[in-house]
Amino acid sequence: MRKFKEFIIEKLILICGLASILFVALIFLFLLKEGLAVFKTVSPFKFLFGKSWYPISEPPQLGILPLILGSLLVTAGAAIISIPIGVGCAIYIAEIAPLKVKEVLKAGIELLAAIPSVVLGFIGMVTLVPLVKSIFHLPTGLTALSGSIMLAFMAMPTIVSIAEDALYSVPKNYKEGAFALGATHWQTIWRVMLPAASSGILAAVMLGIGRVIGETMAVMMITGNAAAMPQSILAPVRTLTATIAAEMGEAVVGSEHYFALFAIGVVLFIMSFAINVTADLFLHKRQ
Amino acid sequence: MMRNPYRTQNIAFFFLFLATLLIVVPVGLIVVIIIQKGLPAINWQFLSDIPRQGMRSGGIFPAIVGTLYLVTGAIVFALPIGLLAAVYLSEYSRDNALNRIIKLAIVNLAGVSSVVYGLFGLALFVVFFKLGASIISGSLTLGIMILPLIITASREALESVPHSFREVSLSLGASKWQTIRHIVLPNAIPGILTGTILGLGRAAGETAPILFTVAAFYLPQLPKSALDQAMALPYHLYVISTQVPNVDEKVRYGTALVLLTLVLVMNLVAIIIRYKFRKRKKW
Repeated sequence: MRKFKEFIIEKLILICGLASILFVALIFLFLLKEGLAVFKTVSPFKFLFGKSWYPISEPPQLGILPLILGSLLVTAGAAIISIPIGVGCAIYIAEIAPLKVKEVLKAGIELLAAIPSVVLGFIGMVTLVPLVKSIFHLPTGLTALSGSIMLAFMAMPTIVSIAEDALYSVPKNYKEGAFALGATHWQTIWRVMLPAASSGILAAVMLGIGRVIGETMAVMMITGNAAAMPQSILAPVRTLTATIAAEMGEAVVGSEHYFALFAIGVVLFIMSFAINVTADLFLHKRQ
Repeated sequence: MMRNPYRTQNIAFFFLFLATLLIVVPVGLIVVIIIQKGLPAINWQFLSDIPRQGMRSGGIFPAIVGTLYLVTGAIVFALPIGLLAAVYLSEYSRDNALNRIIKLAIVNLAGVSSVVYGLFGLALFVVFFKLGASIISGSLTLGIMILPLIITASREALESVPHSFREVSLSLGASKWQTIRHIVLPNAIPGILTGTILGLGRAAGETAPILFTVAAFYLPQLPKSALDQAMALPYHLYVISTQVPNVDEKVRYGTALVLLTLVLVMNLVAIIIRYKFRKRKKW
């Protein structure tokens, strides 16, 4: 009887172990199931490279190029801001900060990671957006730039914590060897630690960017949501994620618009999948 | 002319310090601004009344209750599955291809965009299982979203229990499951608790997954069953910040403060548990 009970429990454990695979597969299947239907009305090429997104005009125009470019523009801006600052902060925490300061800084970063994105979006709306508007004398501060700055913040905790782990796991004797040869602390960091940790830092950057591409609420609240081809970083843009979040509420289940939004979901899923698998490869290379 | 390496070092360290300040100072500012401007809005009426005058005044009680329901539902679903999955990974799995695939699946689950979870919840729970926009659809969607967090934290907790504990128990004739149940799990509880609370905090703050699966724009009464729609704090903050014109700033900041407090308190509790446990750990 006890044997039987254990048998059941162990099978249950196995099933739960497989649950993550099941959920990833389910997510992909259900996105495909609803998303592929859009290609009955628009070809995949026209969907990805069409320049106009007017989902409720008659007939609907379902080209997501402006949305893809919007996402890329905001993400590129966020990457330019967050990579140097994030990696710099990781180096500071891992190598330079005294132990007490280190604990405080790590708690601060964790705090940032915990702030809900809708709260960051709200704070961005009331502080950053008016600031951008007045600095650049724009008609509106809801721009790609505001989105990039806010998203850079959201990428920081990921970049800092993973890059810091990567630096931390560089074997101690590398550092000691460099010191013994008379290198300064900075020379050791720059010439020895960073190259040794490079694949982990690369993974940190990729995961940070993955977080940015998938970010929804903050970006929807502060980039202005204009579904046109992005003209400049100081103009409103709309991202893939914001489009889904803003329009799914009004899309009729089973309409072309509904299917198109799911197809955007497929695009996002494939992007995040590619980023995560590649980053995982980099993380494993290190070991 | 020789460059002085120590001067270079000082300049480099200054910039690294600057980078750190550029992250930490805004974080502090954000928290301070929200507390400073939100605190005047907080009173008993704000916390216990329904929203009034098109959400421009009154309180946020239904949103608080909705979020508590959703978070509870999510954790009830995700904790057992996540914990058993962690037991599988730490105690049963061998270092093989299946193990690699599971770990990769967890990484991907953690990386999926929150709005894609919303789409998934809509397609699977709302439309396919015909649960409609309801607390149960929203809870399940949030539950799947926090699953990777719970699995990862629990696995780390289980793996940090020393091998000798298991060996002693097995050598005394206990079965594998008895060992896990009576030796490994009790010693891993603080770590599991930390992960669970962090999961709660994450579920409480997310907006995009509940947009199409549960969140109600405005609902003056409390939900009566798990098949009802509900208001939720993060969505309410989104609505009064962007969809409703002329909302008093105080109300917005107040809502942001309540949400932020809820999330940060959970994180703080998790950090404290982890810290105490680290100090107490004897092995």
